Amino acid sequence: MAPPTLAPPRPAAAPTERPAARFIPHRLVCRECGADFPAAPSAVCEACLGPLEPRYDPDRRLPTREEIAARAPSLWRYREWLPFTGEPRLSLDTGFTPLFEAPALAERLGVARAWIKNDAVSHPTLSFKDRVVAVAINAAAAFGCETIACASTGNLANAVAAHAARAGLEAWIFVPEDLEPAKISASVVYGARVVRVRGTYDDVNRLCSQVADRFGWGVVNVNLRSYYGEGSKTVAFEIAEQLGWRLPTAVVAPMAGGSLVTKLAKGFKEVIAAGLVSGPVPRLFGAQAEGCAPIVRALRPGEEIVIRPEVPKTIARSLAIGNPADGLSAARAIRESGGAGIAVSDEAIRDGIAGLAQTAGVFTETAGGVTVAGAIFLGFAGELTPDDEVVLCITGNGLKTPDAVPARLLETPVIAPRLAEVVALAGRDAEFNSRI
Amino acid sequence: MAVTLQLPNVLSRLAGGARTLSSEGGTLAEVVGEVSRRFPELGPRLRDERGEPYPFVTIYLNDEDIRFLGGFAAPVKPGDVVTVVPAVAGG
Repeated sequence: MAPPTLAPPRPAAAPTERPAARFIPHRLVCRECGADFPAAPSAVCEACLGPLEPRYDPDRRLPTREEIAARAPSLWRYREWLPFTGEPRLSLDTGFTPLFEAPALAERLGVARAWIKNDAVSHPTLSFKDRVVAVAINAAAAFGCETIACASTGNLANAVAAHAARAGLEAWIFVPEDLEPAKISASVVYGARVVRVRGTYDDVNRLCSQVADRFGWGVVNVNLRSYYGEGSKTVAFEIAEQLGWRLPTAVVAPMAGGSLVTKLAKGFKEVIAAGLVSGPVPRLFGAQAEGCAPIVRALRPGEEIVIRPEVPKTIARSLAIGNPADGLSAARAIRESGGAGIAVSDEAIRDGIAGLAQTAGVFTETAGGVTVAGAIFLGFAGELTPDDEVVLCITGNGLKTPDAVPARLLETPVIAPRLAEVVALAGRDAEFNSRI
Repeated sequence: MAVTLQLPNVLSRLAGGARTLSSEGGTLAEVVGEVSRRFPELGPRLRDERGEPYPFVTIYLNDEDIRFLGGFAAPVKPGDVVTVVPAVAGG
């Protein structure tokens, strides 16, 4: 009998033959002055240089809970709140990451219930940045861009490289020279052109603003930023749906440029306005590293919000943005929601990574350590209360920053392959445990 | 040698389409003031009513954000490059 064989793979259409996503009719509206402009690869208001974002037809038909539930488990199940019409074309498997309850962490925080929104297992590159790139790359295709690019602290680099490879687009990626090696490897492997720039992320970002002007590429977090940001808000939709169409009382998220917190507020408002859930927007808490906390420091009680740039110095390199583009918007969103900002030390970040792993079984990178450590401090300070039901946004995977694991955990015994040595070790552990 | 002012596309149309301007002055405020007199529509995009930079505009003197240098009071010298970029980028 002939051995069973696998069916031959279905030949994939060449990426360039795929029809591009089509935009729904929309305008780009300035979040600051309200001026509006036609759809374009542009993120900056010509009147005041404020941020632009898409505005959709307020009378468009929105789906019911049941219609959403029948769709594929990806961020495209909320497509009516994204700028495309019909079926999405690229990056179909991104989003709808797990939300799961973490009782041991809730106890540690001193809250009623706690959940982890786990974008550390996002597809395809294990970070929250897959969401924003999924939307930006469809926008790039709709605008006919053949090259996409980004300024990145690492996770975005991985996402742009992978999504571009799938779509058959050329990718140019600009990163700080000292980026973690794992994040360089996880970008070049996709065939992207990775350029290391001498300087900080803010230097890279300035360069990319000039690159976008000069080359006309789709730079996802520069001239495609209006669309890119829309991907972030799908986290809010997913939290609401995965909690059974209700809202938590508080959300803790890391802040770098401030886009995630800004768009969480927007997403929660949209899901409420659509009648899919009721209740107020959760209190939003933004966490940063002490070595780079321009948004947290702008939130001093009773003071006008002013973002003062900083030179980053922290192990949380994925959050090391000293001049945050959405810093003002994020600070406003936090203050409006009744939340707060929190800054944590590098040591606390390492402990936060270990704490999440040991209470929730999730290995996160430094940004997740910032979130967990921030939440612990917020609980200690009484900002999170025993009645709270809190969601922690874990945005990246620990396998990308293994050096951030606390050194004390790496002190592992080496023994001969003899049972007696294990018995001795177990005895020492029992003695140690009896003393603590 | 003059000071060079580099503009983003979104502002260059207010300077007759020029991406690069030459100017002179002893401080950034004087450079911005001189350019604003030549291009009256550009001036209000570079500084607010109090004469300060806007939150959504980042200005660099050579490679340094001017907020680390004392803002518009920072001294400039011939050959310096002043770069204006929209702050709404990155992250």
